[in-house]
Amino acid sequence: MGQMPATKGPVISKKIDRFFIGLASAFLFVKRFFQEVWKPPYEFKEIARQCYEIGYRSLPLISLTGFIVGVVFTNQSRPSLSEFGATSWLPALISIAIIRAMGPLVTALIAAGKVGSSIGAEIGSMKVTEQIDAMEVSAINPFKYLVVTRTLAATFMIPVLVMYTDFVALMGAFLNVNANEMVSLSTFFVQVFEAVSFLDIFSSILKSLVFGFTIGIVGCYKGYNSSKGTEGVGKAANAAVVMAMFLIFIEELLALQIVNAIRAL
Amino acid sequence: MEKVVEIRDLFKSFGDNHVLRGVDLDLYKGENLVVLGKSGTGKSVLIKIMVGLLPIDSGDITIFGQSIKGLKLGALNKLRLRIGFAFQHSALYDSMTVRENMEFPLTRNVKGLTRKEIDYRIDRLLNSVGLPQTANQMPSELSGGQKKRIGVARTLVLEPEIMLYDEPTAGLDPITCMEINHLINQVREEFNTSSIVITHDLTCAKVTGDRMAVLLDGQFGAVGTFDEVFHAEADPRIKSFYDYNFIQ
Repeated sequence: MGQMPATKGPVISKKIDRFFIGLASAFLFVKRFFQEVWKPPYEFKEIARQCYEIGYRSLPLISLTGFIVGVVFTNQSRPSLSEFGATSWLPALISIAIIRAMGPLVTALIAAGKVGSSIGAEIGSMKVTEQIDAMEVSAINPFKYLVVTRTLAATFMIPVLVMYTDFVALMGAFLNVNANEMVSLSTFFVQVFEAVSFLDIFSSILKSLVFGFTIGIVGCYKGYNSSKGTEGVGKAANAAVVMAMFLIFIEELLALQIVNAIRAL
Repeated sequence: MEKVVEIRDLFKSFGDNHVLRGVDLDLYKGENLVVLGKSGTGKSVLIKIMVGLLPIDSGDITIFGQSIKGLKLGALNKLRLRIGFAFQHSALYDSMTVRENMEFPLTRNVKGLTRKEIDYRIDRLLNSVGLPQTANQMPSELSGGQKKRIGVARTLVLEPEIMLYDEPTAGLDPITCMEINHLINQVREEFNTSSIVITHDLTCAKVTGDRMAVLLDGQFGAVGTFDEVFHAEADPRIKSFYDYNFIQ
């Protein structure tokens, strides 16, 4: 008689266990953030440094991407609108698309790649080289110094970057519209602001705060829990990006449902 | 002699790996105690438990008469300030200069120091470890030996009463090893510290240690002076450790 084939049962069970343990540890990590954030010392200097790293250093990439999104989206929308002779609606259409969805989403996805991976790799390498332990034995709270500061900085800076991306994308769209439809800057922006409501801007900023928090906390969580030397650092950086992007899409979907429900009231 | 550390019946496991199996050890005031053992025998685990980086499974450790078991974070941090931990790979903060590395624990734990006092303390320690010129360098610009020295200096900035050295000579050339060994002795004399030195380097043990404790299978197989531990009738595993080191 041949050997009995190995059952997949225990393997699947271990994977399920690991999933729930991971979920619980992520929950505790987020809970600890909300406990620590109110306690002194507030590490303003480190928060400011992180704001500079996350905000200012992301500007070149965000500017380029925002501008291209504005130009390309305008170009791609024009043929459909011109079929109905409605190219004059371009500024309204573009502003709604950019402010409601594309600006926050594109900025958050780029920041997840750039900022999330950098936070994950930095904290991960500090973990494997015992720098976090060195803080603990010096009676310094590493969670407060590393996690709270970076998460707060990401939460504050992503909305700022989103507003900047919206502006750059609209400028890209304006240049395209101006070159093709000869619309002036003032006319373009009058149409933009006529189409956009307070709820659009408010929900966009609120959503960006959530995206920023997600990018920061996921990067920190993955870095803080990395192991297995340099290989673990690479994995932490990668996992930070993948997980943050996944959560951003889910949050975008939820935000859309909530805003639509409010709009329907 | 006054005991500063008492370890009693200490057990520690990682899953099925039972690393420490009922360890007993004392550290006396002013002495350098060397813990010897092969890699993976739990030497580093022992000192990481002492500073609360790892929890105790069972048994107890008393430091300055205070049990660390179940200690609240605030009390543990107070105790940590009296203990210096020099890490195996120095663990210097990559994003900070040498001066900032030393300033970081100092300014966060000692309030009310003026800029002049901070600079004085840092410069004095950098002079003590023979590296005053490195103050504005980044850790990546330092050699392995220099990193170890700065790691020790950073630890001393909080004026600890106990120093824990985790593999202080690992990965260094013989001359730098000797310099580190002398630094360990110099620290004891200059700063009146009691020390536990974790190593598998017998030269380091012989130069720095007043007493040796050899970890074998999760317990101390022998404790005493160098000659007492490595006498002719010693446990064959201890003798083989001696032979291997000196043949090398």
